[in-house]
Amino acid sequence: MTGKQAPNGDEVILWAEHISKVYPGTIALNDVGFNICRGKVNVLIGENGAGKSTLMKILAGVEQATSGQFYLNGEPITVRSPRDAGRHGIGIIYQELNLYPNLSVAENIFIGHEMTNRAGTIRKKEQEDAARALMQRLEQAIDPRTLVSNLRIGQQQIVEIAKALAQNVRILIMDEPTSALSNIEVDVLFRIIRELKAQDVSIVYISHKLDELLQIGDHFTVLRDGQLVAEAPAGDVSLNWIVEKMVGRRPESLFTRDDHVVGKELLHVQDLALPRESGGFVIDHVDFKLYGGEILGIYGLMGSGRTELLETLMGLHPEASGSVTLDGQSLHGKDIGQRITAGLSLIPEDRQLRGLVQKQSVAHNITLASLSRYLNRFYLSRGKEQQSIAQEIRNLRIKTASPDAPVTSLSGGNQQKVVVGKSLLTEPKVLMMDEPTRGIDVAAKGEIFEIMNQLALQGLGVLFVSSELKEVLAMADRILVMAKGRVTAEFRRPHMTQEAVVAASVMASEYPQEKVLS
Amino acid sequence: MRSTPAKRGARADAKMVLLQLRTLIALFILVIIFAFSAPAFLTTGNLVIMVKQVAINAILGIGMTFVILTGGIDLSVGSIVGLCGMIAGGLINEGLLLQPLGVSVFFNIPMVMLLTLLVGVFIGLLNGIVVTKLNVTPFIATLGMLYLARGAALLRSNGATFPNLIGNETLGNTGFPALGTGTLLGLPYPIWIMIVFALIATFVATKTPFGRQVYAVGGNERAAELSGVRVNWIKMSVYAISGFCAAVVGLIITSQLVAAHPATGGSYELNAIAVVVLGGASLNGGRGTIFGTIIGAFVIGVLNNGMVLIGLSEFIQTAITGFVIVAAVVIDQFQQRVQRQAALQQAAMQVVEGQTRGGDA
Repeated sequence: MTGKQAPNGDEVILWAEHISKVYPGTIALNDVGFNICRGKVNVLIGENGAGKSTLMKILAGVEQATSGQFYLNGEPITVRSPRDAGRHGIGIIYQELNLYPNLSVAENIFIGHEMTNRAGTIRKKEQEDAARALMQRLEQAIDPRTLVSNLRIGQQQIVEIAKALAQNVRILIMDEPTSALSNIEVDVLFRIIRELKAQDVSIVYISHKLDELLQIGDHFTVLRDGQLVAEAPAGDVSLNWIVEKMVGRRPESLFTRDDHVVGKELLHVQDLALPRESGGFVIDHVDFKLYGGEILGIYGLMGSGRTELLETLMGLHPEASGSVTLDGQSLHGKDIGQRITAGLSLIPEDRQLRGLVQKQSVAHNITLASLSRYLNRFYLSRGKEQQSIAQEIRNLRIKTASPDAPVTSLSGGNQQKVVVGKSLLTEPKVLMMDEPTRGIDVAAKGEIFEIMNQLALQGLGVLFVSSELKEVLAMADRILVMAKGRVTAEFRRPHMTQEAVVAASVMASEYPQEKVLS
Repeated sequence: MRSTPAKRGARADAKMVLLQLRTLIALFILVIIFAFSAPAFLTTGNLVIMVKQVAINAILGIGMTFVILTGGIDLSVGSIVGLCGMIAGGLINEGLLLQPLGVSVFFNIPMVMLLTLLVGVFIGLLNGIVVTKLNVTPFIATLGMLYLARGAALLRSNGATFPNLIGNETLGNTGFPALGTGTLLGLPYPIWIMIVFALIATFVATKTPFGRQVYAVGGNERAAELSGVRVNWIKMSVYAISGFCAAVVGLIITSQLVAAHPATGGSYELNAIAVVVLGGASLNGGRGTIFGTIIGAFVIGVLNNGMVLIGLSEFIQTAITGFVIVAAVVIDQFQQRVQRQAALQQAAMQVVEGQTRGGDA
């Protein structure tokens, strides 16, 4: 016995047992087991925050597990650094490519593992020959002397793969490899993946694009909320199976949207466009309206322009064109602070990067956006401030040891509530939430949705972006689907179905713009 | 702006308090050591001389604290001290030369001081504009200003000193030396200035929206921006504050010497950074206090003064000062690690609690 076998008889080259990873505020992985079948495409699926990327970072030596063990060919291994991982033949290609645009293809491929002669200088010619051989193996006509900055994204991806192969990788992890690729480039990538399989390389493939997964995957593993929920070979897997395992329960039972009355028009967006530096548009002339008491969901894949849409409305991209009117008041030329005063607030997608000041306390985070409300002449009134802080902690049920506790000591869900509290204290008319439930546990998700419900009842307009379809379907009164910067479809209750929304989000080119499917 | 420790174990609490008060404790230990080893140390005369010296570093350090809290750095303060001294000296001895009229205008001393302070604020604002609008990293922007301001100071008099700044009765500009040498209730003015500045700065840092926003910008600039904080405005302001503090120090030193020399203030920026760092501020921004900076200035001051009194050579003094600064940061890193671990443990416990709660529901 050299190793372990998957239920269908495939040989398992590497497996993980009881992997856990705790971050301040959240358990990213909870006692996870994971099998990688030899010479197969092992697909890892899960919603945002399910723990996929964390698991792969641990396997690649970028992060350390809190507990647990990996086995390679039956032998226990420890992976403390990316170098360790490389020694075991494990390579990873990240979502954001890690190439040096100022260096040549050959130099990139051998970075950190340069071929040197005895004096320690680089053997440039040998490197270039080896790089050329790798390109031939990948059937790509890329000159090893080209600067990486001169390559298209798809070609850069191939250089990443070559870089991994140059280190004799046996297990190659690909995290969302197609998110930036065109359809033709995806075909090339898939052909290369099949060739790598034929060369006995085991692939771990992470993606949100379910149709792609069904096309390329051999062995499927589903994570949910940091736990392993299912594992099956391709033959037993269907789109329904994936969705069911990812979501875990029926969406209707998770969240419910109360009946509501739609009020007056609060936000009117006309012809909003944000040009892309490399040509084209990140936001391609978008029009919509949002009414008081309404929850408007925006669904779209990564790169569809959904995040940029909210950022632009908030004033982060002053170069955008078009008109935005908030409660009858034009937002033209207003900066972020003025838009907040006008009644707009954004809960950003990345809580750590844009939502919280990690070095400060819960209290100081909550009041950061509304400091002018607590002024006593020219200083902050402790009383007024504490009153507002206590109010938000109570209303949002923020679990914290004290208002003065560091905000990083809270769980992910409670950190998110702090960001929500900060927004609410600015007394917004329209609240925009970008992926408000990312990386928080199920109970906290329910609470966030309850808060949205309440806000809509109070007459606020809520605009929320989510890539989790079930959430959008459960919560939104109306859904705008975005793809490639455009609004490709609009759905109203009760005419919203999963299939139609997904179709509109992936097949942008085939839908006429702003076709209303209701 | 330390967060008060939440309910944790009493032992961990005690450890934390000791770590947080470490600079203060170090200061007390230094005072005790020197009080025993150098009999002259605790005499009133020596203490006043020492604190006057401390005031220079402390005032520069107060301005520097605001800059460092935003995650920036100001290398130009030493040169601004020199330039502002030259501006003040020139205004007293030569007046303001109005080229087209061929006459010099002389101002009274309050006006000289006001103009000098405005120059300091203006140079600080220039730093801020280069950092924000022109997007130059603070290190480079203020390094450039370090040379620029020093060059301007030298140009003002072609390298010469403005001597004997006692003014002229007939021009109505006497009285300048009082700033550096005068006393109130037995304490020299510079010490009073330090005390008043420290109080105002503490108030601004902790009790005003401006102060809160300074911390936010240094802690997470992007989050601050999304919260409506005018990040560029905050940054320009902190460099202006730093320039203002440097101008004040320029006036004090020039007044103490009753002469303005263009090389005055050389490497003062390093002292200012050292006292801020000793005070527990993070060069990454978002963490630090005015009180800490004042304590840091006293540690450096007591150390230098005490080492002179016990007869250590200047060379050893310099080396020891360097050691103390690095040691302070090493201990600071240690404290951060302890704090992070405590937070991690607390977080893990909360998550576990959360799960059991979720299970019950």
